[in-house]
Amino acid sequence: MNFWLLSPELSLCGIALAVVLLDLVIEQKKVLAVISVFGLIIPIAFTIALWGEQQASFSGMLVVDNFSLFFKFLILGISALVIISSVDYVKKFARFQGEYYALILFSTGGLMLMCSTGELISIYIALELASISLYALVSFLKDPKSSEAGLKYMILGAISSAVLLLGMAFVFGITGSTHLDQIADKVSTLVSGGQLWDSPALLFGIVLMVAGFGFKIASVPFQMWVPDVYEGAPTPITAFLSVASKAAGFAVILRVFYTAFGIEAISADWGMIFAVLGAISMTLGNVVAIAQTNIKRMLGYSSIAHAGYIMVGLAAISTLGKSGVLFFLAGYALANLGAFIAIIAISNKTGSDEISDYSGMSRRSPVISFILAFCLISLIGIPPTVGFMAKFYIFNAAIQQDLLWLVIIAVLNSTISAYYYLRVVKVIYIGEPLSDEPIPSSIPMRVSLAITSIGVLVLGIYPWIVLRLAETAVVTFP
Amino acid sequence: MSLGLEHYLILSAILFSIGLYGALAKRNAVVVLMCIEIMLNAVNIAMVAFSRYLVPDVVVLTGHVFAIFIMTVAAAEAAVGLAIIITIYRNRHTVDIEQADLMQG
Repeated sequence: MNFWLLSPELSLCGIALAVVLLDLVIEQKKVLAVISVFGLIIPIAFTIALWGEQQASFSGMLVVDNFSLFFKFLILGISALVIISSVDYVKKFARFQGEYYALILFSTGGLMLMCSTGELISIYIALELASISLYALVSFLKDPKSSEAGLKYMILGAISSAVLLLGMAFVFGITGSTHLDQIADKVSTLVSGGQLWDSPALLFGIVLMVAGFGFKIASVPFQMWVPDVYEGAPTPITAFLSVASKAAGFAVILRVFYTAFGIEAISADWGMIFAVLGAISMTLGNVVAIAQTNIKRMLGYSSIAHAGYIMVGLAAISTLGKSGVLFFLAGYALANLGAFIAIIAISNKTGSDEISDYSGMSRRSPVISFILAFCLISLIGIPPTVGFMAKFYIFNAAIQQDLLWLVIIAVLNSTISAYYYLRVVKVIYIGEPLSDEPIPSSIPMRVSLAITSIGVLVLGIYPWIVLRLAETAVVTFP
Repeated sequence: MSLGLEHYLILSAILFSIGLYGALAKRNAVVVLMCIEIMLNAVNIAMVAFSRYLVPDVVVLTGHVFAIFIMTVAAAEAAVGLAIIITIYRNRHTVDIEQADLMQG
């Protein structure tokens, strides 16, 4: 038992509980946001202090290594930006602002634990800690749309976790252990013939687990919830869902598949599963996004497409592919958060998420419009943004593993995606403004917009700042 | 005839399928939640059965512990789920999920 290793999560839960308690006595609810954001510095500091650690504790349930610390840092940063950008948005709810911040923090804790467990039971518990908080957050507005989104997310999430559990039951049943490294030992004897088909029960378990995790990362065919939930949820929560929840989902997939099922004989088999799912995800996401009129819904389909691009990195079973996934997730988080924060700033004033209402926005708010356009360009993957470097790196990894067909599909998809992102940019810059009222932006909004847009630009020019970290993070896996 | 692992797994598979069918086909949100509970309990049966029959004459406790955690988490999930269903009911005076179709496309 080494509580030092658990210090980021423990301090985070402490802050979340403090926010709930202080909510009872503090009248000025803005203070709670300040406490949450500055409180997040403590777990971030612990995470940085732990960097370089390589230990397992709590009988293998907690694994602290550079890989998990990379994701913890990423998720804590996302959570801080989401809280900063919620400060104006929460005026929409008359009550329960303290609970809103506390639930974001608890969900962050769950996502962080997901990234650093080496055992199936604790993966499930951490996943549910994150999901149950998110079910409540998605339906937080309590209006018809938000509660409908919450219902859909909750029912589909519960079904997918049941499917994931059945998969875990079969993996446990066939290998006799829930520890990923012990599963790995047993798997190598089970598939001695060198094919996944040698053990149908194991194959069944793996496929069900892919289904369960696929829901978290919003990959086809488990993507049905994405557009509805993204549209109905409070916009900061949509931003949180689209980046933090996806990052943690990919972290779990990387750890489970590389640790437990990482032997060479079967890695090509599940790599092919991810290649096919990725190709379908990006095609479906991009094609359906063209027809959308609501910007949150459009970004929902774009998030499905991005899950597809990231799966290209999973399909390329190499160090380059793994570090590419980490870098892509960091870049995607910055660009997508930047776009969502701009959307929050605009919808706080206009109260609408329809793309047609963005007409002429550049004349009402040149800075916010420029940042929105810049982040959308990063999502397309045009230099000098981080989106270009991330795609370049991940597609390069796939080409080196002879996955040329997948890269061709991915590049074609990037071209399709340019159409619907640039359509928004066109509306913003060429359309006639619906009114002359400028879009006000508060200091927290400006800070978070500045952080994300500078991050997108700097990582687009000097990608190796994060790439180095990503490369040291993935040496954990053989 | 003595009971073996396969009997429990068949029971579990039948329960899981009933639950999945109900969760996808039923219209009442509360019934859907109940069907999800059936799915989770089917998994519990599989977990405990695997745990019991995994190694002959030795009881591995991991599956039992897993089942207890699944029950606990399922209770928490049902609590949040029912709260969401109540907000749906307050908004539109029905818990029919076919009518939860504000957002489509």
